[in-house]
Amino acid sequence: MSTEKSVWQKAFEWHEARLPLVSFVDNAVGSKYPAPKNLNYFWNFGFLAGFVLVLMIMTGIVLAMNYVPHKDMAFDSVERIMRDVNYGWLIRYMHANGASFFFIVIYIHIFRGMYYGSYKAPREVLWWMGIIIYLAMMATAFMGYVLPWGQMSFWGATVITNMFSAIPLIGEPIVTWLWGGFGVDNPTLNRFFALHYLLPFVIIGLVVLHIWALHIPGSNNPLGIEAAPADKIPFHPYYTIKDVFGLGVFLIVFFAIVFWLPNSLGHPLNYVEANPLVTPPHIVPEWYYLPFYAILRAIPDKLLGVVAMFGSILILFVLPWLDTSRVRSATFRPVFKLFFWLFFANGLVLGWCGSQLAEGLPLIIGRICTFWYFFHFFVIVPVVGWMETPRPLPASIGSSVLKAAE
Amino acid sequence: MKKIILAAAAVLALVPASISAFAATEVHIPKEQWGFSGVFGKFDRMQLQRGLQVYKEVCASCHGLKQVAFRNLEALGYSEEQVKAFAAEYEFPTLDDEGSDITRKGLTSDYFPKPYPNEKFARASNNGALPPDLSLITKAREGGPDYLFHLLTGYEDPPQGMTVMDGMHYNKYFADGNFQIAMARQLNDDQVTYADGTKASTDQIARDITVFLHWAAEPNLEARNSTGFRVMIYMVIFTILAFFLKQRIWARLEKK
Repeated sequence: MSTEKSVWQKAFEWHEARLPLVSFVDNAVGSKYPAPKNLNYFWNFGFLAGFVLVLMIMTGIVLAMNYVPHKDMAFDSVERIMRDVNYGWLIRYMHANGASFFFIVIYIHIFRGMYYGSYKAPREVLWWMGIIIYLAMMATAFMGYVLPWGQMSFWGATVITNMFSAIPLIGEPIVTWLWGGFGVDNPTLNRFFALHYLLPFVIIGLVVLHIWALHIPGSNNPLGIEAAPADKIPFHPYYTIKDVFGLGVFLIVFFAIVFWLPNSLGHPLNYVEANPLVTPPHIVPEWYYLPFYAILRAIPDKLLGVVAMFGSILILFVLPWLDTSRVRSATFRPVFKLFFWLFFANGLVLGWCGSQLAEGLPLIIGRICTFWYFFHFFVIVPVVGWMETPRPLPASIGSSVLKAAE
Repeated sequence: MKKIILAAAAVLALVPASISAFAATEVHIPKEQWGFSGVFGKFDRMQLQRGLQVYKEVCASCHGLKQVAFRNLEALGYSEEQVKAFAAEYEFPTLDDEGSDITRKGLTSDYFPKPYPNEKFARASNNGALPPDLSLITKAREGGPDYLFHLLTGYEDPPQGMTVMDGMHYNKYFADGNFQIAMARQLNDDQVTYADGTKASTDQIARDITVFLHWAAEPNLEARNSTGFRVMIYMVIFTILAFFLKQRIWARLEKK
C-alpha cells in the first residue's frame, strides 16, 4: 500500500483548506455529528421534511416555467401542464400532493417534539425556529393553493385575506393593500405567485438556522435524558441509512397517492375555474388548516376568532415555559402521556369540525375542542408538570438499554 | 413504542366512526364498476368512441369541451386520417387576405368549439342556467364519475308534496340545487344509434358518456397507472435493500 496521496486527494485537500464545504456538510449531517444511539423512527421526520422541501422546490420550478399568473390564463395554463407538457401531470400531482405530505410530515415532527419534550431547555430556540418554519409553510401553501385559480382558490383566498379586516381601524386598508385592489383579483394572483416562489427559499434559510440551533445541544432522544458521549454514534452512516430506509417507506405511500389517488386530498371545486360571481355554498380550506379554521369559527366574534386562531399557533412559542416539568420524555410521565394523546385526538376532532358547516353539532363540538386546545396549554401542561410524579429516569441511555436487554 | 402505535390506531379508528355518525344530509351515491378505476385501470377504446358519439350528438349543443383538442382523439383509437376528417366537419372563424370574416374547416390542432358565444347568451338560451363546460366535470364534482352517471339516470317524478319550479326538473342526485336541475332528462333508450352496433339502453349511453368524459378530464390516466406500477416495484425493491443495508450497518454497533 502506497502512502503517497493521489492527485485527486491532494486537489480535494487543497480545496478543503480554502473552502471546507465537504467538512461543513460532514459536521452538519455526516460522520462528525454525534447523535444519541437510541433515536426511534419518529426521528426520521426531520430529514423527510427537508426532502419534501427540496422536492417541492424542484417540481415547483418546472411548474413555474409553464404556469401563467394571470386571472384569465392561470386555470387553463394548469390544464395545459396536465395535458400537453411532457410528464406535466406527474410534476403537478407531485407538487400538489407534496404540499399535503409536507404537512403530514411536519405534524408528526411537531407532535414528536411535544411527546418527547424536545422543546425544553436547552432547545427553546430550536423549537422557535421550527414554529417560524411552520408559519412560513402555511403562508406558502396558502398562496400556492390560490395559483390554479379554481373556485376554492379564489374563495379560500377571499375568506382568509378577509380575516385581516377584523383588525380595528386599519383592518380594511390592510386587506386592500394585501389584495392590491378592492377584491381578490389579478394583482392578488400576481403577488401571490411572486411570494409563493420566494418563501420556499426563505424556508431554506430558516432550516439552516433550525439545524444550526440543533447542533448546539445536539438531538434529543426518546428517553429525554442527556446523551453521554459513549451513548452517541456518528450520524453518518447510522442515521443516514436509517433515513434512507424511512424515505423508501415514505415514498411508497407518497407515490401510491400521486399515481393512484392524485385528487383524493384536493377539493373537486378547484377543477372549476374561479368565478367572482358564484359563491360556493361551503368554502373549506385545505385539510391541513382545518383545525385552525374550526378555532376561527368557534368564536362568535370575528376579531376574537382571528386572535384565537393566530394565538393557537403563537402559543407554541411559550410552550417551553408553560411546561413546568423538568422531565422531557412522556415515556416517564404517565399523566402527561394521557393528556398528550387527548390533545392529539382533540386536534383530529377539530379538523373534522373545520370541514363541516359551522352550525349545529359540529359547531358545539368545535367550541368544546377549541376550549380544550387552550385549556391544555394554559392549565393542563403547567399543572400536570407540578402535580405529576414522573417515573424514575435511567442514569444513562446505555444503562436503559442494558436494563431492557435483561 | 407499541403503546404509542396502539393509542394512535385507537384514536384514528374512533374519529371516522364519529364523523360518519354526524354526517347526515348528504345524498348517497352508489359506487359503480369502472374499467378505469383501480391500479391497472384502463379505458375501453370502443366505449370511448361511443362516448364521443354521445357527446357530439346529445351534449355538445349546450356543453363545451374546451380543454380537448381534436388531435387528442387519436387516443380513442382513431387514425390520424379519421381525426382530420372529424375536425374538418367543424367550421372556425378566420380572416381572409383582405381581413374580412370568413370560416375555415377545422384542423386537428383546433379545440372543440364552444356552444355559446358568451355566458349571457348561454344563460338566455337555458332559462337562466349556465351549462358547464364538461372537460373536467368528472373531477369537478363530489363523487366524480359515479355522481355523473347517477345524475344522468337520476330523473324521476318528484316525491309527494314537492313542487318543482317552472322549467326545472327533479333529480334525486342533484343535492347542490335542492334536487331541481335546469337540464331536462337527456338520455333515453335508443337515443343514439351506435356505429359499433352496441344496444343503446339509457344505462349504456350514460356509462359511455361518463367514461368518455372521465377520459377528457384525465387523459393521462393510463400512463399514470402504468408508470405508477413500475415506480412502485422500483420503490419496494429500493426500500427492502435499504432495510437490509441498515441492518447490516447497525450490526457494527453490536460488535463493539
